[in-house]
Amino acid sequence: MKFRAEIDIMPLKEILDPQGKAVKLGLDNLGVKDVQDVRIGKHIQLEIEAADKAEAEQKVELACKKLLANLIMEFYEYKIFEAEMA
Amino acid sequence: MKFGVIVFPGSNCDHDIYSVLKDTFKQETVKLWHKSTDLEGCDFIVVPGGFSYGDYLRSGAIARFSPIMNEVIKHAENGGYVLGICNGFQILTEAHLLPGALLRNNNQKFNCKNIFLQATSQNSLITQNTDRAKAYKIPIAHAEGRYYASDKDLNELIANDQILFRYCDKNAKVTEESCPNGSKMNIAGICNKERNVFGMMPHPERAADDILGNTDGRIIFESILQLVNN
Repeated sequence: MKFRAEIDIMPLKEILDPQGKAVKLGLDNLGVKDVQDVRIGKHIQLEIEAADKAEAEQKVELACKKLLANLIMEFYEYKIFEAEMA
Repeated sequence: MKFGVIVFPGSNCDHDIYSVLKDTFKQETVKLWHKSTDLEGCDFIVVPGGFSYGDYLRSGAIARFSPIMNEVIKHAENGGYVLGICNGFQILTEAHLLPGALLRNNNQKFNCKNIFLQATSQNSLITQNTDRAKAYKIPIAHAEGRYYASDKDLNELIANDQILFRYCDKNAKVTEESCPNGSKMNIAGICNKERNVFGMMPHPERAADDILGNTDGRIIFESILQLVNN
């Protein structure tokens, strides 16, 4: 079966995100007021072949833990969809 | 002693360090392509600076899974020496051979300039000849050099005397203003607990030849070569 994983990777809350800070400045200059905070991460899509959702999940876990995210500085969240239904 | 310099797609300081080891210090030195799985009997592995894999995803993240890295990890686990400079340091943290991580500089700039370094510990192969009271002028060139580690890991680094270099002013005083990138405790270089794996953001290989007008980086290579001379 084909699955699609939608993965979000974000800098840990306690870590300063200079990119987000710079973008917040840009938003202020644009005139978008009352933005309290901006944090920037990554969105990654994987298309995976797996026997079932559980196996797809295992693969996504391994990918996130070992390569896609660095758990010292980031955390990840994901959702897995059956590709046909997408 | 035989030195091996790993070459990844996107490495760009590989020839600098090769030239310093081979031509300046007359050591047997080879380049090792990242797809190889043979360290060719090298005793000392250097993971050089650059932009391996275009710095895609995170600096060093993809290089860490190049075939030769399994051999580098084995070499390190068997007590072999490994030095990562700049992108090499990032790769060694991604490979968990060194604790912590290197984040985007807090000022959002690619910092390319000379800075001053305090050699905080003399208790390592690469710093044994250094003088703690001296400020070494060494160039940096990085956008992701903000050393970060959890408080627990930082406390361990301190307790085990693993902090080798810190950014300082011209009088070797570690001050907040002298830190170019927001690193925790001004950390510029560390070693592992076993003291055979080293990582540093500054580029000593760019300050090791008279022709470059700065030879402050030589002390690091001279320290390493004590192994050969003794």
